[in-house]
Amino acid sequence: MRRLAPMLLAALAIMAAACEKKTQPAPSGEGGAQSPGKASNTGTPPPASADTILLGQVGALSGGQATFGNSQRNGIELAIKEANAAGGVNGKKLAIRVYDNQSKPEEAAQAVTRLITQDKVVLILGDVASSNSLAMADKAQAAGVPMITPSSTNVTVTQKGDYIFRVCFIDPFQGYVMAKFARDDLKLNQVAVLTDNKSAYSIDLANVFKQKFAEMGGKIISEQSYSQGDTDYRAQLTAIKKTQPDGIYVPGYYSEVGVIARQAREVGLKVPLMGGDGWDSATLFELGGSAVEGNYFSNHYSPDNPDPRVQKFIAAYKADYGAVPDALAALGYDAAKVAIEALKRAKDLTGPSVRDAIGQTKDFPGVAGTISLDANRNAVKPAVILKVADGKTQYVTTINP
Amino acid sequence: MAQLLQHLINGLAAGTIYALVALGYTMVYGVLKLINFAHGDVMMVGVYMGYATAFALGREARASLLGVAAVFAVAMLGCALFGFLIERFAYRPLREKPRLTALITAIGISFALSYGFQLDIGFLPGASPRAFPEIITPTEWLIIGDRDVVVWNWQVISLLIAVGLMVGLQYLVFGTRFGRAMRAVSWDHRVAALMGIPTDRVIALTFMLSSALAAGAGLLYAIKDTSVSPLMGLYVGLKAFVAAVIGGIGHVPGAVVGALVLGLVEEFVVGYAASTWRDAVAFGFLILVLLVKPGGLFGRVAAEKV
Repeated sequence: MRRLAPMLLAALAIMAAACEKKTQPAPSGEGGAQSPGKASNTGTPPPASADTILLGQVGALSGGQATFGNSQRNGIELAIKEANAAGGVNGKKLAIRVYDNQSKPEEAAQAVTRLITQDKVVLILGDVASSNSLAMADKAQAAGVPMITPSSTNVTVTQKGDYIFRVCFIDPFQGYVMAKFARDDLKLNQVAVLTDNKSAYSIDLANVFKQKFAEMGGKIISEQSYSQGDTDYRAQLTAIKKTQPDGIYVPGYYSEVGVIARQAREVGLKVPLMGGDGWDSATLFELGGSAVEGNYFSNHYSPDNPDPRVQKFIAAYKADYGAVPDALAALGYDAAKVAIEALKRAKDLTGPSVRDAIGQTKDFPGVAGTISLDANRNAVKPAVILKVADGKTQYVTTINP
Repeated sequence: MAQLLQHLINGLAAGTIYALVALGYTMVYGVLKLINFAHGDVMMVGVYMGYATAFALGREARASLLGVAAVFAVAMLGCALFGFLIERFAYRPLREKPRLTALITAIGISFALSYGFQLDIGFLPGASPRAFPEIITPTEWLIIGDRDVVVWNWQVISLLIAVGLMVGLQYLVFGTRFGRAMRAVSWDHRVAALMGIPTDRVIALTFMLSSALAAGAGLLYAIKDTSVSPLMGLYVGLKAFVAAVIGGIGHVPGAVVGALVLGLVEEFVVGYAASTWRDAVAFGFLILVLLVKPGGLFGRVAAEKV
């Protein structure tokens, strides 16, 4: 037994070493990361050659945000396929190289470095989650390679520098939108907030929500938190239940929110749950079952939108992937479209020219709203509120900035 | 008061599942002095075996008593076989090597399983969390006040199963010939072999038993939290390992007590402080126990065998 303590130490040291190693550039670590997907229809990544323009994507293809990453990849692939079918960019075909970041910032940083130094891509698309995009933005900015994130809503992402763009709205806006909806439409007075304290996204949304909701005359009566990857939220929900709220704001990701919804009903909380675009995934319905019914979240787009542009995109997406595209797919598609348009307008394919071309994007007709980039390289767009009903999302209202 | 009672029930429910996983750590450590870090991932594999079985049975069949038994049987037997294979091909070749080698291999297997299962190839489940099919329809067994305190059927069932398995295991180790063989192998497997004990078979059976236990625990966990993912083994495994060390690794009732204590500590920390504190307090508690009582709450600090 006396050997236990040193053994334990050794074990922990090894585990630490094992984790440490992953942050360093592993020679073979990315081996299986290249998009293996059955849905991959842009073919095998061709070698960089004179008549191809190589783009790069870093996405969460595995791990906790995997459905986001895969939707985003599908949207990007669809946009590239369409662009190539229409003749490519100035006579050149487009190709994309995709790396998985396992939903981890350190993997994202490594993958983006590889795209820049090894694959020499002209432009980077990604990532879904803000924590990952933040890790990537530093590298892209330092190397002078333009990066467009389709859906990272954290404010600080584009503050990393003038090479970083996004085609979605920013977090404070989503927090504001839901606070406004909760006060004006749902008429809620006292609300509890349940935050994922491992996610910059969740914390930001929660902070703005709390501030705006209080400014609008509401009251935050309970604040609880959880960590990404948890599956037991009964302690927090039991504590929240004691304060008898009218509603609960849960600005987390679908993999946790589905389970939270189920357990909230289990402990007897019948009030509506509210969230942000992190909810938007079919997995939410699978995990939450009937418990997610009647809840609300803010999002970038609604597939119910009758706009022919949107419906045409949905039909094309369905034909390729057999599913209704979620907002992440729509934003991935938009981001790639913006990138392709910019490449067409750019003087040449060097970093500064491409950057300037992206920056000039004005009134671009995306499927998730019209995109005009402001001086801070953010898109200014309205948000929609969706309600979960009958295992689907239902359009409720649009809230403008 | 009602809130305290509810936290107590939730904590016990979480603790019993840690306990079942912790028993596996403790058994393997007891016999081989090997901390099998892949144990949690073996549990995850068992959960996915149960998941596949439940789906194959269909909605009607899996909610019946026979269906539940089938899910548990397939997962536990399948996992026992899986445990046997790991022991045979990963640990046995290293048995005469320094102990650290086997430990590193265990960590390797753990990562290979948890990341391998995220691949989206063939029968593998892919990275996204999945909802575990309802095999025990959740029912409220006891409701106090206006749903102030609720006890669910699965909480009681888990507790009974955990206690039953613990008693059974204690009997197995101290009351049977096989148990005596296990203890002999644990004392010195070379001498045990000289005395005519089939060492390899005893070790293989121990691995199979601990893997089957892990699968059972994993299924109870999946019933409790409804969400299963390839990374669940890393998380639950680590917690159960901590529980086993708190109780005194190698000590069967100690593992159970350690796990219940850990479950309750976590629940109260989250309920009354903040979830940010949960892991800090849990691991802080581990360090405290090791400082004050290095053998764990129930362990004896034995003199080194000569």
